[in-house]
Amino acid sequence: MKILVTVKLVPDTTADKRIDPATKQLVRSGVETVLNPFDEYAIEAGLQLKEKIGGDTTVTIVTMAPESGKEIVRKALAMGADDAIMISDPKAEGSDVWGTAYALAQAIKKNGFDLVLCGTQSTDSITGELPGALAEFLGVPGITHARKLEVEGTTVRAERETDNGYAKVTADLPLLVSVTKSMNTPRYPALKGIMGAKKKTIAIASLADSGVDKPVGHEGARTELIDLVSPPTRGKGEVFQAADAVAGATKIIEFLRERKLV
Amino acid sequence: MDFDLSDEQRAIQTLCREFARDEVKPRAEEMDRDAAFPYDLVKMMADLGLMGLPFPEKYGGAGADTVSYALAVMEIARADASTGITLAAHVSLGATPFYLFGTEAQKEKYLVPLARGEMLWGFGLTEPQAGSDAGGTRTRADLRDGAWTINGTKAFITNSGTDITGGTTITAVTGTDAKGRSEISNFIVPQATPGFTRAKKYRKMGWRASDTRELSFADAAIPEDHLLGERGKGLKQFLTILDGGRISVAALSVGLAMGAYDEALQYAKDRHQFGQPISKFQAIQFKLADMLMEIEHAKLMVLKAAWEKDNKRPYEMTASLAKLYSGEVSRRVVNEAVQIHGGYGFMDEYPVSRMYRDQKINEIGEGTNEVQRLVIARLMGL
Ligand SMILES: Cc1cc2nc3c(=O)[nH]c(=O)nc-3n(C[C@H](O)[C@H](O)[C@@H](O)COP(=O)(O)OP(=O)(O)OC[C@H]3O[C@@H](n4cnc5c(N)ncnc54)[C@H](O)[C@@H]3O)c2cc1C
Ligand SMILES: Cc1cc2nc3c(=O)[nH]c(=O)nc-3n(C[C@H](O)[C@H](O)[C@H](O)COP(=O)(O)OP(=O)(O)OC[C@H]3O[C@@H](n4cnc5c(N)ncnc54)[C@H](O)[C@@H]3O)c2cc1C
Repeated sequence: MKILVTVKLVPDTTADKRIDPATKQLVRSGVETVLNPFDEYAIEAGLQLKEKIGGDTTVTIVTMAPESGKEIVRKALAMGADDAIMISDPKAEGSDVWGTAYALAQAIKKNGFDLVLCGTQSTDSITGELPGALAEFLGVPGITHARKLEVEGTTVRAERETDNGYAKVTADLPLLVSVTKSMNTPRYPALKGIMGAKKKTIAIASLADSGVDKPVGHEGARTELIDLVSPPTRGKGEVFQAADAVAGATKIIEFLRERKLV
Repeated sequence: MDFDLSDEQRAIQTLCREFARDEVKPRAEEMDRDAAFPYDLVKMMADLGLMGLPFPEKYGGAGADTVSYALAVMEIARADASTGITLAAHVSLGATPFYLFGTEAQKEKYLVPLARGEMLWGFGLTEPQAGSDAGGTRTRADLRDGAWTINGTKAFITNSGTDITGGTTITAVTGTDAKGRSEISNFIVPQATPGFTRAKKYRKMGWRASDTRELSFADAAIPEDHLLGERGKGLKQFLTILDGGRISVAALSVGLAMGAYDEALQYAKDRHQFGQPISKFQAIQFKLADMLMEIEHAKLMVLKAAWEKDNKRPYEMTASLAKLYSGEVSRRVVNEAVQIHGGYGFMDEYPVSRMYRDQKINEIGEGTNEVQRLVIARLMGL
């Protein structure tokens, strides 16, 4: 079985982030690049399936990112993935969701797949739209926000997180699933994996190599970012001086009731 | 010249940084308070491959280099010195003697499970009456009826009495040489040897979550083949082990200093006095600048010694300089880190108070500052 995991490279989530007002792009220089933390759950899900199913099951990482991110991708290989495909092309710069999803879909189709696993969102652009768009381009069902995933033969059973619980769904391979943080705890890449990762292949492909036959990047973008606005700064909170715990608790309840929060 | 870490070295550093931050740091205060040995953290380090980091894969290790090892020890010690020394002593003192001097059969039997982190092992050089003067060993081993019978006491032995310790390698006097000096040899003493007992853990000022014990040998008999390396080469072997051990202890000191600096920097930004963060006061800024300068300097020395070792260059001098300097840097840095914290730095809830206590041993263990200066002077040819 061929499992492909889409992985985005993002600026270090703990670093201070800044948007360049001129280009409306995230300023990436001077900030370390890391694997999108949400994608580590998808990688872990892929590895666990591989361990369970065994046989000739492979886990391949797919990313669209500049070639300079190669060593970051190696972390996914150190965790245990078998190989990686990187779509690295200056013409991919400025891709919107449509362009990113189209390019990834073409590369994934070219490689062949049974199951595509995604994170639920990135930590930089955070649209959360990519998995849906990708499933559409691949022409397969998409089970998004899965917290549990089982594969038996060609049948996939999953639990999707919903606002008030979860839904049990089933579908047949080939299929796309996006994985939430409650599915597993991503493993650390053990030393053995780190030492072995340098022998694994990271195939660098241009857009043309990947079979992308329409313009993506700035040229192909179908959405235009018109403006970026910082959230309003929060005002000072209200301070109550309560004589004792009961008075304090009463005040808090009143406060919440007034705002219909309880 | 190239200061870039290799991709592998960087990956190992990142792994250890994340592991230390997520798993070790949150536990450090409690482990210190309860003097609790972290069996689960040792298990995790074993699963990650850290306990056998520099040994070849065929002996259960990860086959990484000394630079990676130094980086790993730094990152773990940055979060907790006790966990750092447990790892460092295991690799440099517990497992290395088997790697350097063991027969193939001894490597198979001891090095493999040690590198896999399935068991720990002690290194027993120091005695109540023989510390800096390690050649003054009084413990004796006599060959009788095909067995070595050991009598004596060892003091301050790290990793020697945990539930997963397999034994300790010790020095013992096996006779006198032609010049009438003690002939010293090394012995592998398994935990279950009758007559070999471990006292209760010492109550310590620092490294409280690490395991340090006194060992007693009363007619403890081990098979003849439990000699490690050649008879009479014991002291020389132990000195070779300590040369490498210095890189490891130096890394431990740098890690501790980095941890104290991290805490001080954050605290200086958060703490407000006179209407502004104390980090805005030049007096505090200068302390932080000095701390960073010294840490950076010490770190470069440690990595240079590790690099020399990896590249089969003589590394004894750099390693001694690095051990001495990092130990002293760690003292100055933890001291200023507590100073920046003011009264809070004196309180147990603040990591710098633990780091302050954990620091002192850096200037005593594996050769005191004074002995280190002697070693350096000797290497100068004085
Ligand atoms: C400030 C800003 C605003 C933007 N606004 C828009 C906009 O309004 N409209 C628009 O169309 N685009 C916009 N973009 C660009 C767009 O968000 C990204 O280019 C596109 O990659 C979508 O990624 P995401 O991070 O939102 O993915 P998400 O949908 O949040 O990510 C979900 C999952 O998709 C996968 N994934 C995402 N990106 C990649 C990748 N490059 N390679 C491999 N896997 C991937 C990962 O598994 C990830 O977990 C904007 C970008 C920025 C910086
Ligand atoms: C927590 C802990 C863990 C340890 N773990 C181990 C272990 O795993 N294995 C092991 O074998 N040992 C271990 N040790 C022992 C450690 O290596 C010794 O404590 C150290 O070498 C110093 O020996 P000593 O304590 O006997 O001090 P002494 O040698 O008695 O020194 C006392 C003072 O005299 C000074 N001094 C001694 N000789 C000279 C000289 N010639 N010139 C100038 N000054 C001198 C010293 O520098 C020191 O200041 C450990 C110690 C501690 C505290």
